[in-house]
Formats: sequence, structure tokens, C-alpha cells
Amino acid sequence: MAQALVKIQAQAKRGEAVEVRALIQHPMETGFRRDDMGKPIARDIIREFVCTYAGEEVLRAELQPAIAANPFLVFHVLATESGEVAFRWTDDKGVVQSESARLTVS
Amino acid sequence: MLYRQRLAWGALALLLAATVGVAQEPIRPDPVRSGRDFQAPETRAMQDDDGANPGMLWVARGRALWDEAVGAARRSCASCHGRADETMRGVAAQYPRVDPSSGRLLNLELRIQQCRGERQDAPVPRFESDELLALTAYVAHQSRGMPVAVSVDGAARPFFDAGRAAYFQRIGQLNLACTHCHDANWGRMLRGDRLSQGHGNAYPAYRLDWQAVGSLQRRLRFCNTGVRAEPHPFGAAEYVALELYLAWRAKGLTVESPAVRR
Amino acid sequence: MRGLDQQSLLGRRALLAGAAAGLAWPVLRVRPVAATPASAKAAMDEILKGREPTPGRVKLDIPVLADNGNSVPMSVRVASPMTASDRVRSIHVFADGNPLPVVGHFHLGPRAAKAEIATRIRLATTQTVVALAVMADRSVWSDALRVEIVLSACLDD
Ligand code: HEC
Ligand code: HEC
Repeated sequence: MAQALVKIQAQAKRGEAVEVRALIQHPMETGFRRDDMGKPIARDIIREFVCTYAGEEVLRAELQPAIAANPFLVFHVLATESGEVAFRWTDDKGVVQSESARLTVS
Repeated sequence: MLYRQRLAWGALALLLAATVGVAQEPIRPDPVRSGRDFQAPETRAMQDDDGANPGMLWVARGRALWDEAVGAARRSCASCHGRADETMRGVAAQYPRVDPSSGRLLNLELRIQQCRGERQDAPVPRFESDELLALTAYVAHQSRGMPVAVSVDGAARPFFDAGRAAYFQRIGQLNLACTHCHDANWGRMLRGDRLSQGHGNAYPAYRLDWQAVGSLQRRLRFCNTGVRAEPHPFGAAEYVALELYLAWRAKGLTVESPAVRR
Repeated sequence: MRGLDQQSLLGRRALLAGAAAGLAWPVLRVRPVAATPASAKAAMDEILKGREPTPGRVKLDIPVLADNGNSVPMSVRVASPMTASDRVRSIHVFADGNPLPVVGHFHLGPRAAKAEIATRIRLATTQTVVALAVMADRSVWSDALRVEIVLSACLDD
């Protein structure tokens, strides 16, 4: 699908709130615009973003065309154990983009 | 709407009034200030934080493309140039630059197109394609924080003179030159924009209006249509020469690509 | 290369706008029909399900004068200890002047450390943004902010 960038620290103390910043390249085409010939441009947005940590949900976001192009999300993971933080974006066409990062908890 | 129109008239009157007495000399703005300084605090914050700057998506894509083998010879940029953080450091700060073999003045996009086409034997990426913008942003990013330092002597001199002339040339139905907005009126509001000094050190840059990264020439085309002048095609020699003059004017500023602009 | 086509379209519009305003700079933009506050209310009702939101505990943060409607930074913070029983389940954001009133629904799972999200949103025009927070005890809290847009986002260019 597209280019994604996730920023999250690699290590944390148990109980720490770890900030996550997730960016993905996507036009978030609203479905309200028209092209040069006056034809409507079909809607094409990322409709869902999910972040899980050690298999459990951190954030599930249902996005709408009002989310700016190249969607950016900031939220916090509760560091409980060493594990994988996984990110998944799904667009209108059902295309899925995944990223992951390892969080080591001490 | 009425309010907007009045503002527009006011802005025009202001510009025309200010045209009196503008010297046709190659002056540098004093003090020199980056376009970043004229942005809203939120926009500056977006530029300053790599985790929030959407332009970094293009840089990341460029990094991936750098290592990708393409063309008949299956060569990547890295096959010849090695690590970009070593070999491309400071390169963008010196562009546009005269290509010694052809004698042409090349900006970064043209140089990369040349390597793609002639040295990798691969299809040449179109201007403003994601591929060319990503590669250009990636190369430019290797010079971030380094002072803009172009050569305007020797073989570059005629191009510099042409760029300078274009900068002071009145054009379009509004009959305004670059200097009228970017030397005589920087800091003032023109509709929703605060006029900057018109430097090119931000580019390729992410513009909120574009919702994407675009080249300096895309910005220049906007400045042309804004005064109702016909823009040149992308890659036109006129624009590359203008880019060289802009880089000379930007002495004292550093490369900011990918900057964020309104 | 939609971006470029769009630009040439803007060029033509700019000419028209210029004829009207005496200056072709910048472009006049067309706004889509805004969501009526009624449709915004209907969208909120889907979350509220008959409950009354209480103003408070939620802090919506947006620049009140936004430079560009294409990308307006927004954050929502809710005062909550985020323990297993006392936590925020979801945050919902609405914009009553957009063609669609829902901006996004954000569900905070068991591994969310803070009742907080930040993103960047599109605002077609000057309007009111509303944030609702649904707590584990099913109570709903809210905050609202009037945001002025310097130049509308080009939703219909
Ligand atoms: C086959 C080897 C080869 C490949 C592959 C290649 N280049 Fe080059 N590149 C060169 C050579 C040789 C020069 C120097 C040309 C000159 O000085 O006239 C050059 C010059 C450049 C310069 C200007 C450097 C300067 O100091 O002025 C840039 C930027 C550049 N290449 C980028 C790229 C990118 C990006 C790619 C991949 C898309 C790429 N090159 C692929 C051989 C290559
Ligand atoms: C009618 C006024 C006007 C004229 C004439 C004009 N521009 Fe601009 N220019 C603007 C506005 C408005 C902006 C956007 C705000 C800003 O950054 O200054 C801009 C932006 C720029 C930028 C981007 C600056 C940045 O940091 O992002 C450059 C470079 C630029 N102009 C160069 C030029 C050149 C070269 C010319 C002559 C061909 C020119 N402009 C003519 C109004 C003008």
C-alpha cells in the first residue's frame, strides 16, 4: 500500500505510558471533489486503524474523510510486558498496511 | 466574501504603491529569514518534529528507492553512490549546479532524472511524480541544517544573471515581479498568507494546501499564476536559473527539506 | 497526477476569481454543502442513545484560528485514572460544518495508557467541533470549541 512511519521508544519501565506517533501516506480522498472534467472523484480513505500490544487492543480508530491527508495519530501504550506493538491500517478498498515495533519492558 | 475582496484590493494597492523606488539591484534581504518564520506556530511545530512531519513519509520512501535495483543493469542509486548519508551530505546545498559534461544548469530533480535515465537505464520519473519527489526529498534531507552554498561564478555566471533578471522582471496581468512581493513586502499579509522572503531552502516541502510534498518549481508556478502570468513547464531552463538566483539570495539560511508550509 | 490537474483547474478558477476581485491571488474556493446541525445532532444521538452529555472532564484542544482547513491539529484529553473499572471507553469527534459531521470514533482498549488522542483534521469552514467521551460507567462527558478557518479547505476543487 503506502509508506508508513511509526515512532515509539524501544524500552520502557513497567507501568510507563509510552507515546506512539503513527503516520501513513494516504490522500484521504473525501468523495466530495471533482476532477478536471467535472467527474466526481471516488472516495478513498483509510477507514480503520488498529494498534495492538502483546495481542491486546490499545486503540481502534474509525476514521472519516474529515481526517487530514496522510493520517497522523498520537496515543499512549501502557507498558506491561515485553512484546510486539502492531499497527494496522485498512483503506476503503480493503488494502491493509501493517507495521510493528518491539517494546522491551523492564 | 465582501471582506475578502476588500482585502484583495487593499493588498493590490499596497503592492503597487510599494513598487515605487524598488531598485533593480541584486540585493539580499536583510535580515535574511526563512519561510518557516512566517508560518503559524502549529505549522512550525509540524516541521520541527520528524514524527509529525508528513514530509518524512516521502523521505522514507526515497530511502527505500535509493536501495532498489532498477533498469536494464539492475543498478540502484546505492550501487554507485553507496550510503546517501555519506555521499549525498551537503550536495543539495550546492544545487542548482552546472553539469560539466553538458554545460547545462541542473537542479536536483534534473540531476536525479539524469542518473535514473542515463546511468540506471531506467524510465525517467516524471516531474512531481511521487518517485521523483521522494528521491529528491531524500537527497535534499541529507543536507538538512547545512548552509545553502551555490556557486554563481565561472560557468554558472550566465545562468545566475538570467535568474536575477527573471526575478526583477515584471510579469503577468498584474505586472509584478518576484521582488515586489518578496523584497518589498515580506512580513505583510496577502489574503491568508504572510509573505515570506521567497527562499527555496524549504523544498521539496510539504504544503498543507497540496496535502502532499511538492517541488520548488511547483511553488514557483503558483507564484506565476498568482500574478496571472503563464507558468513555464516543469524543468524549464528559466525556472532552474531562477532557482540558482534564489539560492544565492538565501545565503545565511540552511536547507530545511522537507519543510512544512501552509 | 491529480495534484497537477487540480493545479491547472485552480489556474482557471483563479482567472475568474481575479476578474471578480481584481487580484488573482489566491484562489476562491467552492464549499460543499455543509452538514446541517441537525445531521450533526443525529450523528451524536447514535453515540448518546438517549443519554445527556455532561460538559466537563473532556478537554478539546484546537487552534481557535486555524491557518489551513486541510490540516488542523486537534487533541482530546479526558480526565480519567484509566484503571480497569474507571476508564474512558471511547472518544468521538464531530464537526457540525463539514459535509459529514463525524470526524472519527476512537476506541481505547485495555492497553491504552492515557485517555488521550491527537490527530489532524479537515474543517471545511468556520464551525463548532464537539468531543464526547464515553466512560466505563456509561456516563458521557463533552467539550466543544468554535474554530475559525482562515481559508477554507478545498474539499470541492
Ligand atoms: C551507474 C552509476 C550511477 C547510478 C546508478 C546513479 N548515479 Fe548518480 N551520479 C553518478 C555519477 C557518475 C555522478 C557524477 C556526474 C558528474 O559529476 O558529472 C552522479 C551524480 C549524482 C548526483 C549529483 C552529485 C553532485 O555532487 O553533484 C546526485 C544527486 C545523484 N547522482 C543522485 C542519484 C540518485 C538519486 C540515483 C538513483 C536514482 C543515482 N544517482 C544513480 C552515477 C550514478
Ligand atoms: C503577488 C505576490 C507574489 C509574487 C509577485 C511572487 N510571489 Fe512568491 N509567494 C507569494 C506568496 C503569497 C507565497 C506564500 C507565502 C510565502 O511563503 O511567502 C509565496 C511563496 C514563495 C516561495 C516559497 C517560500 C517558502 O519558504 O515556502 C518562493 C520560493 C517564492 N514565493 C518565490 C517567488 C518567485 C521566484 C517569484 C517571481 C517569479 C515570486 N515568488 C513572485 C507571493 C508572491
